[in-house]
Amino acid sequence: MTDYDVIVVGAGHAGCEAGLAAARMGFKSLVLTVDLDNVALMPCNPAIGGPAKSHIVREIDALGGEMAKNIDKTCIQLRMLNTGKGPAVHALRAQADKKMYHLKMKETLEQEENLDLRQGMVEELIVEQDSVTGVRIKSGVEFKGKKVILTTGTFLKGEIIIGERRFNSGPHNQFPSNALSDHLKELGFELRRFKTGTPPRVDKRTIDFNQLKKQPSIDRPIAFSFTNQQIDNQLERRDCWMVYTNQQTHQVIMDNLERSPMHCGQIEGEGARYCPSIETKVDRFPDKDRHKVFVEPEGEYIYEMYLSGFSTCLPVDIQVEMLRTLDGFAEAEIIRPAYAIEYDSIDPTRLKPSLETKQIKNLYTAGQINGTSGYEEAAAQGLLAGINAVLDLKEEEPFILKRSDAYIGVLIDDLVTKGTEEPYRMLTSRAEYRLVLRQDNADLRLTSLGYQLGLISEKRFEKFTDKKEAIEEEMTRLKETTIYPKEEIQKQLEDLGSTKLKNKDNLGRLIKRPELDYESLAPLDSNRPDLSYDVQEEVEIQLKYEGYIKKQLKQIEKQRELEDKKISEEIDYHQIEGLRIEAREKLDQIRPLSIGQAARISGVSPADISVLTVYLEQLSRNEEE
Amino acid sequence: MYVTDTIAAISTAVGEGGIGIVRISGPEAIEIVEEIFVSKKEKSLVEVDSYTAHYGQIIDPRNQQIVDEVITLVMKAPKTYTTEDIVEIDCHGGPIVVQKILDVVLHSGARLADPGEFTKRAFLNGRIDLAQAEAIIDLIRSQTEVGLEVAIDQLEGGLSKKVDQIKQDIVSLLAHLEATIDFPEDEIEDFNPDQLGARINEAIKKTSDLLATSQRGKILKEGLEVAIIGKPNVGKSSLLNALLRERRAIVTEVPGTTRDVIEEVINIDGIPLKIIDTAGIRKTEDKVEKIGVEKSEQFLKRADLVLLVVDINQGITTEDRDLIKLIKDKKKVVVANKFDLDNNLNLDSLEELLPETPIVKTSAIENEGIDRLEDVISDLVFSGDIRASNQTLITNMRHKNALDRAHQRLLDVRETFEKRLPNDFITIDLRAALEAVGEVTGDTIGEDIIDQIFADFCLGK
Repeated sequence: MTDYDVIVVGAGHAGCEAGLAAARMGFKSLVLTVDLDNVALMPCNPAIGGPAKSHIVREIDALGGEMAKNIDKTCIQLRMLNTGKGPAVHALRAQADKKMYHLKMKETLEQEENLDLRQGMVEELIVEQDSVTGVRIKSGVEFKGKKVILTTGTFLKGEIIIGERRFNSGPHNQFPSNALSDHLKELGFELRRFKTGTPPRVDKRTIDFNQLKKQPSIDRPIAFSFTNQQIDNQLERRDCWMVYTNQQTHQVIMDNLERSPMHCGQIEGEGARYCPSIETKVDRFPDKDRHKVFVEPEGEYIYEMYLSGFSTCLPVDIQVEMLRTLDGFAEAEIIRPAYAIEYDSIDPTRLKPSLETKQIKNLYTAGQINGTSGYEEAAAQGLLAGINAVLDLKEEEPFILKRSDAYIGVLIDDLVTKGTEEPYRMLTSRAEYRLVLRQDNADLRLTSLGYQLGLISEKRFEKFTDKKEAIEEEMTRLKETTIYPKEEIQKQLEDLGSTKLKNKDNLGRLIKRPELDYESLAPLDSNRPDLSYDVQEEVEIQLKYEGYIKKQLKQIEKQRELEDKKISEEIDYHQIEGLRIEAREKLDQIRPLSIGQAARISGVSPADISVLTVYLEQLSRNEEE
Repeated sequence: MYVTDTIAAISTAVGEGGIGIVRISGPEAIEIVEEIFVSKKEKSLVEVDSYTAHYGQIIDPRNQQIVDEVITLVMKAPKTYTTEDIVEIDCHGGPIVVQKILDVVLHSGARLADPGEFTKRAFLNGRIDLAQAEAIIDLIRSQTEVGLEVAIDQLEGGLSKKVDQIKQDIVSLLAHLEATIDFPEDEIEDFNPDQLGARINEAIKKTSDLLATSQRGKILKEGLEVAIIGKPNVGKSSLLNALLRERRAIVTEVPGTTRDVIEEVINIDGIPLKIIDTAGIRKTEDKVEKIGVEKSEQFLKRADLVLLVVDINQGITTEDRDLIKLIKDKKKVVVANKFDLDNNLNLDSLEELLPETPIVKTSAIENEGIDRLEDVISDLVFSGDIRASNQTLITNMRHKNALDRAHQRLLDVRETFEKRLPNDFITIDLRAALEAVGEVTGDTIGEDIIDQIFADFCLGK
C-alpha cells in the first residue's frame, strides 16, 4: 500500500477541502469515504451561504478552497439577503443542485494530481506512542499516513430517530461508523452526543404551487468565487416557494406532541437552538399563529422538494397529516420522511488552534465531529486542518487566523477556546469586528495569505493585485476630484434628493451622504473610468463608511498586542503562584497560544491575565540571564 | 509593553494632606492633559521639555468650568517610571477636587488604572528588576480580588437595579437587531425608525439620569468611613442626627433602641464622610440586638475614624473602658456628650486613658458643640492624620467612568441612527456601550446576546 502524507477520513464538506488543500500544497493525500456516491453530500438543506455562512464561503475561496467554485458550478438559484442592513451583513445564498454538487466535487477530487479518492470505512487509527501513523479500514487493509484528519460528520455511532423508531444509521441511511467511535473512546477521547434533524422531502408533482408564494432568483452578475464575475453554469434556474403553517397544522402537532421523541425524552443528544423542529416552535411560541416554510428544489433529476422550517421527528403518519394541512399540500406525498440524527462528537477545547488534537499527535479533526453544524463551517475547518497538517510536515508554524482576520478565525477560536454546548453555527453576531469582516472584502483580507500558502495561483494573484490597485486608485481619484458649488452641480444634487453644496467639496466626501452612492454620483463625475462591479462596490463601501471602519480598525489595533504576545506551549500553569486555582486549571486545559486567547477563556479574570503577563516577563528575563 | 492605552489614577491617598496628585501614563497622556489644561504662560505641553513643571488651570470640557489651579509635571518617554509618557497633575484642593480632576481626565480618554498597573508597566517595560516580580503579582492579586469581588456588592440596591435595567435595555435592543440580521427570513418584525429612535433615547436618558445623580454625589459620595460608638443610651443617634441636622435614627430613653446599623453621609468641608451609627456595643442576650452588635464590631474594624461617645453625666464606666480597649489602634475623637447635664467626668483620667485624642464636649440633643466637632474632624483629615482605605472610592470612580463611556457610546448610536445608516452600524456602538455597562455589573458580553435572541424570538429552520 502506498504511504501517504495526509489521510483524510470522510469526504463530506470538511473532508473534501482538507484533502484538496493538502494535495494542492504538494503533499500526497488520500481521502477515504464510506460511499463514493456520496462525496460532498448535502444531507440537509440544498443551499450554500446565508448570513455569516456566505462570508465563510468567500473566505474559503480567498484561501484557495473549493466550496465557492463548486457552488458556482452547481447553483440553480441565487438570492442576496440583508441588503438593507449594512454592507457587512449582506449575504449571498445559493440553492444547489444536490447531485451536481456531489458530482462536480467528486470530479475535482478525482482530477487532483496528488490526491487519491478511495472507498473504505475506517474502523481504527494506528497509533504509536501517542502519535497516529495510519488507519485501518473494515476490510483489514491499512494505510500509512504521516497525518490523519478525521471528518466523520454525523457518522460516529449515528442513530436516526423517527417518532418511536430508532435505528443505527449514518445520514440518509448510510452505514454508521460504530467501530471508530468505540476506538476513539479507547484512545481516551471523551465523546458526547449531539443531535440534528432534517425536514421531509415531498414529491413536487403532488404540490399545488399556485397556492404558494414564489421566490425567484435574483438576476445579478454575482458569484461566490472571486474567480468568477458571475454564475455561468448550464443548469436551469429554479424557483423557491414559501408557505405558512396554520392553526390546523398546529393542532395536529399539539395533539401528537407526546409521540415526539424530543418531548418524551427519547432524544438525549444536544440539539441546536437555531434549528428547532416545527413541534418545538409550536410548543415554545404558542402565541405565533403561523410559521414560515420554504419549499426548495433539490435539483434537475430529483423530484424531491425540501421543506425548510418543517423539520420534525414526529412519526411518519403524523408528518403526512400535518403536511397536508398546508395550503397547496392537500395531496402531498412524502418521498423521504423527516428524521432526527444523533451522533458522537468530541469536545473541541481538546484541540489546538491548528485543529490537531492535544491527545494524539498528528491527528486532526474538522467539521461536525468538532461540534459544529453547517456545510460551510465544516468546509472551513477542513481547509484549515489540511493546511495545518501540511505546514507541520514542512516544519512551519501553524496557520491561525485571528478573530479580526476572518469568520474562520472567529469560528476556530470560539471552538478551541470556549467550546460549545450545542451544535455550533456561525452567526454574524459572534464576530466582534463584523464591519471589517465583510463578504465583499474576503479576497482583500485573505488572498495574500492563500498565495503564501501556495493555494492561490500566480495568475490569480496577479489579477487580485490588479483589483487591489484599481480600488486604491479609484478611491484616491474620488478624493481628489473637487466639486464646486456651481449652479449645474447644485441642481444635480437636488435632483438626487440631496442638499446643495455650501463650499467646494470632493467626491470622496460627497459619497458619504446617506442619499448618495457611487452609481448616483456618475453625472457629477465626468472622468470616471470603466470599472468592474466588484471594484465599484469596494470603493463605495470603503469611502462611505470610512469613519466606522477606522474606528473598528483602531479596536483591532488595540487588541493586536495581546494577540501577538505568544505563550509557550510548555508552560506549567500550576507553578504560577499568583493565579487562582480555577484559572490554573482552565489555562492548563485550553493551553492558549497567546495572551489574547487566554483572556477569552471563561473563568480567567483580568487579574489572572495581569499575573500571567508579569510571570511571562519574569520567565523570559530568567532565560536571558 | 502589552497594552498601549493610557491609564490614570490618584496617586496620593485620599485625605492625605492638602495635596492630591493625579498620575497619567501612556501614549496619549500628554494629549489628554493638553486638552483639559490651560497653561498660565500659554505653553503647549506637547512642546515642553521633559521633566518640566507648568502652572495653570484644569478646565472641564463638558461645561468649561475651572476645576482647580494646578501644577502639571510632564515626563516624556522613555526616561520615566513606566517608560511611557507620564503627566502628573498636582492640585491643592481637597479630596473632592482630586477626584474631580481624575474624572475629567477619564472623560477625556484615559482609562482608570488597575491596582498596581503603573508598577506592572514599569516592570514589563524593564524599569524594575526581576526581584520585584513576585511583589507585583502579590499587589495585583491582593487589591484586585477584593476590588472586583466587592464591586457589585458595593452598589447600593437601587443603583445596581438601575444599572442592570440599562444593561437589559441594551441587550434586548441588540438582540432584536442581531436577530433580524442573522435570521433575515424569519418573521421578526423590523423596528420602525420611530420605535428604534425612542428605544435609543430611552437608554440615553436612563444613563444620563444615573450619571447626573452620581454627579450630585450618589456614586461618589462614599469617602471616609466614620463609626460612632458608645455604650447604650449615651446619645449616639442624637449625635448622628445633630450631624445630619435632621432626625432619622429613632431616639428613645430605652437602652438598645438602635438595633441596626445606620449609615448616613455628611459632607464636612468637602470631605464626604460615611457615618455609621452602630448599635450600642455591649454584652447582650437579645437575639436581634446581638446581630446588631456583631455588625457594629465589623464596621468598627473597617472604619477610618471612630467617634467614641461618652456620657458626661455618668462619667467613665467599665463599659466605656471595654470600648476604649476595642479601639485602641484606631484614629479617634472622644465626644463627651450631654454636657447640658451635671458633669461627673474626670477629664484628666480620660486623657490618661486616651492620650493625644481630641476631646469635644457636645450636647447633641441641644445641637451644641457640633460645629466644634466638625472642625476637629476636618483638621484631622487635612493634617493627614486620617487616610481613607480608598477601595470604595476607586470602585465608585471605576463605575462612574464606565457609565460615562457607555453614555458616550449611546450618543454615538443616536448619531448613527440620525444619519440614517443601516442597522448594522447601530449595533457597533451599542455593543461598545454594553461592554462599558458590563464593567459595572462585572459581566462580559458575548453569549448572552445570542441567548437573548433565542429567548425572545422564534427562529431557525
